[in-house]
Parts: sequence; structure tokens; C-alpha cells
Amino acid sequence: MMIDIRDLRVRFGQGVDTVTAVDGVTLSVREGESFGLVGESGSGKSTVLRAVSGLNDEWTGRIAVAGTEQGPVRQKGFYKLCQMVFQDPYGSLHPRHTVDRILAEPIAIHGLGDADARIDRVLRDVGLGPSFRFRYPHQLSGGQRQRVAIARALVLEPRVLLLDEPTSALDVSVQAEILNLLRRLRMEHGLTLVLVTHNLAVVANLCDRLAVMNRGRLVEEMSVEDLRRGAAREPYTLQLLRASQGYDRATAESFRDYA
Amino acid sequence: MADNSPLLDVSNLRVAFPTRTGMAEAVRGVSFTLGREKLGIVGESGSGKSMTGRSILRLVPPPGRVSADRLAFRGEDLLAASARRMRDIRGRRIAIVMQDPKYSLNPVMTVGHQIAEAYRVHSKAGAAEAKRRALEMLAAVRIRDPERVYDRYPHEVSGGMGQRIMIAMMLIPDPDLLIADEPTSALDVTVQMQVLAILDDLCSQRGMGMIFVSHDLNLVASFCDRILIMYAGRVVESCRASELHAAQHPYTRGLLASLPRIDEPPGDLPVLSRDPAWLEG
Repeated sequence: MMIDIRDLRVRFGQGVDTVTAVDGVTLSVREGESFGLVGESGSGKSTVLRAVSGLNDEWTGRIAVAGTEQGPVRQKGFYKLCQMVFQDPYGSLHPRHTVDRILAEPIAIHGLGDADARIDRVLRDVGLGPSFRFRYPHQLSGGQRQRVAIARALVLEPRVLLLDEPTSALDVSVQAEILNLLRRLRMEHGLTLVLVTHNLAVVANLCDRLAVMNRGRLVEEMSVEDLRRGAAREPYTLQLLRASQGYDRATAESFRDYA
Repeated sequence: MADNSPLLDVSNLRVAFPTRTGMAEAVRGVSFTLGREKLGIVGESGSGKSMTGRSILRLVPPPGRVSADRLAFRGEDLLAASARRMRDIRGRRIAIVMQDPKYSLNPVMTVGHQIAEAYRVHSKAGAAEAKRRALEMLAAVRIRDPERVYDRYPHEVSGGMGQRIMIAMMLIPDPDLLIADEPTSALDVTVQMQVLAILDDLCSQRGMGMIFVSHDLNLVASFCDRILIMYAGRVVESCRASELHAAQHPYTRGLLASLPRIDEPPGDLPVLSRDPAWLEG
């Protein structure tokens, strides 16, 4: 198992204001697998990802990555193994750093050396090429920025890529390019992907397996083949599937809240 | 006025912004007419779809400039209307709902007061009457406990409820035309469908016309009656919503093909290659 999560719980706030964002989630992701974590806002899907990535240290349970048990605070080596790409490429790149500096920083932190060749290689890898190297983020389109964010994650040659809504801020034509890029990178580098999204069609395109979350709980796990056939067991998942198929007056009437 | 005359008649609409290198046109000659129907305007970011919606209400911020051969609402020339007349039209005759309730509601005023205020601005009703109408409107957008929600502040309601409150506020003066600019894009899919059902019912019950601006092709195809597809400030294609799948323009076809689908096996998606000729039509 590349990622093994047992009974993960994340709470925010104190006393009467306590919110249980993740309520006992258990799941595992095999090496080389592409796994989708799906749910609506507030379902806890991003919180699970942030706990795995080490961005959130207020959790209980067990998280193991590549066979190593992880504590709340991660060692530097963890980030060499596991990197993350965020939703908004307008917010996740330093506006006053060139692409070169953005990509050089993780190399310097990890003392990898040979920065020049690494940056050149990773830029080609994400389909940008050396001409983008000395540009600033504001000189790039949204899709190009997301390619830089993916390059920054890949420059450390990680084995796991955590993706938090990586195409939600992009136009559909650009989304297609980024999905194709992620698929190619996964094949070429044997990456394990964990993709958090609200978009079932994106999961169907990129993932092998998925888990559906609602209000902090894992509702069900299924294969993408089952998703494609609409073969969900839980009513909540079926409702999510129907809602993804476009507007229908009668269907909208049938929706209800699942606690 | 004859009922078969269009609600809105737009001909050769242009919106331009001055830049260091001359005027940049965000909308370049858009023409359409709108009856009592749901018209979808679809396009990617920068296509001019939102500017088209805003220019109808003359809400394009300066130094942007709006011009048109004709921009008429029920026969009245909107470009020639005085500022005072436009204030009368905005809200009362033509309403607009924006994408994110977080930024469109006044954070220091209860939602009930905001809705009641929208009503009082456009009618001579007193405070008690306005409150009664506001509560009715909250119930019409299917808020379960209107009395309780009336006294809440915007930060105390969820995104879906905030968007329903926005819609209630926009519809309380009973406008003839609603411009909805990505009204459900910030919402979860199930809430999105519920909000659309409310808009759908209000359109059919009140005979209101609607311009629905969105980037979501499938949503527009399933919700609207007719669709305009915009690219680089122009309408490249218009069709009945039910016939979007048979669209002819290579841009429309490319956009449709680039959408991942739940029922298709994983694999590379066709990528749009933009033809410079599309810029001219």
C-alpha cells in the first residue's frame, strides 16, 4: 500500500463550537493507483488530503505513506516522496518569483544539486519548454500556471502526487489538457495519484477507483467501472450521479439531505 | 404593447476598454433578440459573455465603453436612457444575479432587511408590507423557516441559501427580465439543481425572460431553451438547447469534445486547437 489511512478524525474548534470535519475515515491507495476522493463542499475530502500531506497536524488515527507511519509533523524526506498541487494556480505561485526561482526552491531545500538540468527537464515534461523559464506568473495563462504548479511538485521526483481540485479553476478546454498531462505523467513516472474533486466526470477520466464522502464520513468506495455503469450502492452516491447529469426539473425535486 | 414583440433587442453590441495599445474590444458586434424564454450565453473566460450581460444594464465599469446599433428593452432605447431612468429599470424591470452571494450581499445588514429594502426602493409600500412580501419571497425560493432566516446576517447562512436570498431579492420587484451570471457555479451540484428548479418555476409562472450566462455547456443545454456560443467577443453559433449536440461550429464541437464524461472510458481527451479564423466569425 502506498497510502494507508485508518480511522482518521479531524476536529476544528473547541468546546461547543467543535466541528468534526473528518469522522473516522479508513481507506488505502495502492502503489501506482489513481484514486479519486469525491464529495460536496464540507464533506471533508480536502481535509483528508491536507492531513495526508502534513498541512493539517490536528488529527487522530493512523496515516502511513510508503509503509512509513507518519506523525503530525513531517520529516523533510516526506516531501521528497509526496507532493501536492492546489486548486487555484493564481494563488499558489509566488507572484514576484520567476518560474525558474519557483522551481529552484524545492531543489535547494532538498539539496539535490544540478538545478539547471532538473528545471529544464521538468519544464519540458509538463509541456512548457525552456522559453517559459524566466517568466513571471502574471505573464502566464491559467493553464500554463497550473503546469508550473505541477512542475514544482514533480521537480523533486516524488512517488505520490496529491491533487486538490486541480482543474476546477480552469476552462474546459484547458482542463482537458491538464487531465491529459496528468495521465501521461502518471504513466511515465509510475506516480500514485490522489485526486480530490467534486466532478465525477473528471474522476471517471483519470482514476481507477474512488471513494465518496459526505459530512466527514466515507459513504462508499467503488471502481470507476462501477461509476460508469451507475452501479452505486448508496442512495447518496446515486443522488450525486443524477445531479451530475444536467438539469432535470423532476430530478431536482427528488433531492434530499443525507446526514 | 404587443406581447409578441421581443423583450430585448440587441444589435451590434460592442464593449471596448482603452489600453496602452489602443481600444481592446471585449464584445465585438453581438446581436440577438430575447422573448419570454431562457436564453443561455456560453463561453470560456474572456469570451465576453459576462460583459454582454452587464452592458444590458449599463453596468460596464468606466473607462469601458458600450455602443450598439440597437439596445432596446420593450422598445425603449437603453443606451439613450438617463441615469435616473436606468436606476428605475435596474431591479424593477431588469434584475441581475451574480455568481457569489458572499460578495453581493451587504455583510452588516440582515438578509430580511436587504430583501425588504429591494422591494421598498421600487414600490411605495410601508415597512410592514415590505416585510410581509420579503417573507413570502423567502418562502417562494423554498427557504424552510423564513421568519428565522429573515433576521440572519449573510455570514450565518450557507452558500446555497445565500444564493436563494440573492434570487429572492432580485425577484421581489417582479422584473420582466432576469440576467443570471453564473448564478449556481459556486454551489454544490445538488443545491445547484434545486436553485435552477426555483428559477425555472419563477420563469414559467411569471412569464419572465432570462439570460443565463455560464461556462457549463451541459448545464445550459439541459436548462435553457436557446443557446448563444461566444468566442473572443462574438457569437460564433446559436442553436436550440436541445440541439447543442448537433452543433456545427468547430469551436462548439471542440468544447463539447473536450468535456470528460462519466460514461466514457478513461483516455486522452481531444484538445481544442484554436483556429485564428474563429476570431472573425
